Amino acid sequence: MSRSVIAALASGALFGLGLAISGMTDRLVVLGFLDLYGDFNPQLAFVLAGAVMVTALAFRFVLRLPRPRIAAEFRLPVETKVDRPLLFGAAIFGVGWGLIGFCPGPALVGLAGGLQDAMIFVPAMLAGSFAHYLVERRGKIGAE
Amino acid sequence: MQSWAHGILGGALIGLSATLLLWSIGRIAGISGIVNGLASAPRSDRAWRAAFLVGLMAAGAVTMQFLPYAPARPQSASTPILLLAGLLVGFGTRMGNGCTSGHGVCGLGRLSWRSLAAVMTFMLAAIATVFIIRHVTVTLP
Repeated sequence: MSRSVIAALASGALFGLGLAISGMTDRLVVLGFLDLYGDFNPQLAFVLAGAVMVTALAFRFVLRLPRPRIAAEFRLPVETKVDRPLLFGAAIFGVGWGLIGFCPGPALVGLAGGLQDAMIFVPAMLAGSFAHYLVERRGKIGAE
Repeated sequence: MQSWAHGILGGALIGLSATLLLWSIGRIAGISGIVNGLASAPRSDRAWRAAFLVGLMAAGAVTMQFLPYAPARPQSASTPILLLAGLLVGFGTRMGNGCTSGHGVCGLGRLSWRSLAAVMTFMLAAIATVFIIRHVTVTLP
């Protein structure tokens, strides 16, 4: 195994550990956070705060390095403007997230952990992503 | 029931994960982006994605087995709603270039306005959806 594969494996494992410990694989905990006017559960705010405290601090130092440890360059998103696909996409994602309480990470962990909800949700999620790929490809062909 | 301390600890581990990925191979730990690239990225760009997802799913699944507050396994939502939600999450995260991890954990960590706009939008859309489902009762005449 190459060093970059080992680094990615370790990073993924930390992420999965964090999602499970924080309770984010339980979609009802997530729905509790989104339910401001009902049985509100603040757990997701603690998780996001814990994560962003680390990244906001650590990313500043990491991005000052000339290059990553095992790769030629940092590959950051180049797009900076807030455009319609971003907002429409985020809104569509939000509706799906609010319907069930799964976002991609917890859904994948739930699938591996044997949650039956995730076994139905994840294939549909992959199909939705593929559907967007098809729509976009068709749009590009039409625009030429 | 997990406490707020589990939330902070788990969140910090997620932040460390994103930091490790950026520091080592210079990539953003956005789950939806990593999944999407598995099929569409150049062949040389796929191995780390597969490794990340294997680590994520294996470590998450094993940890879940030892937690006193792990979620129940039997199906708890209707199949059509699960399918609809999955389709919307897959379509929307690809269209918006990110989900809770890419825009939330990493984008906010980079102080990206674009990611902040995405996070506010999907949070508001999700809160509105939950509100309608749980608190709006439709009375037919």
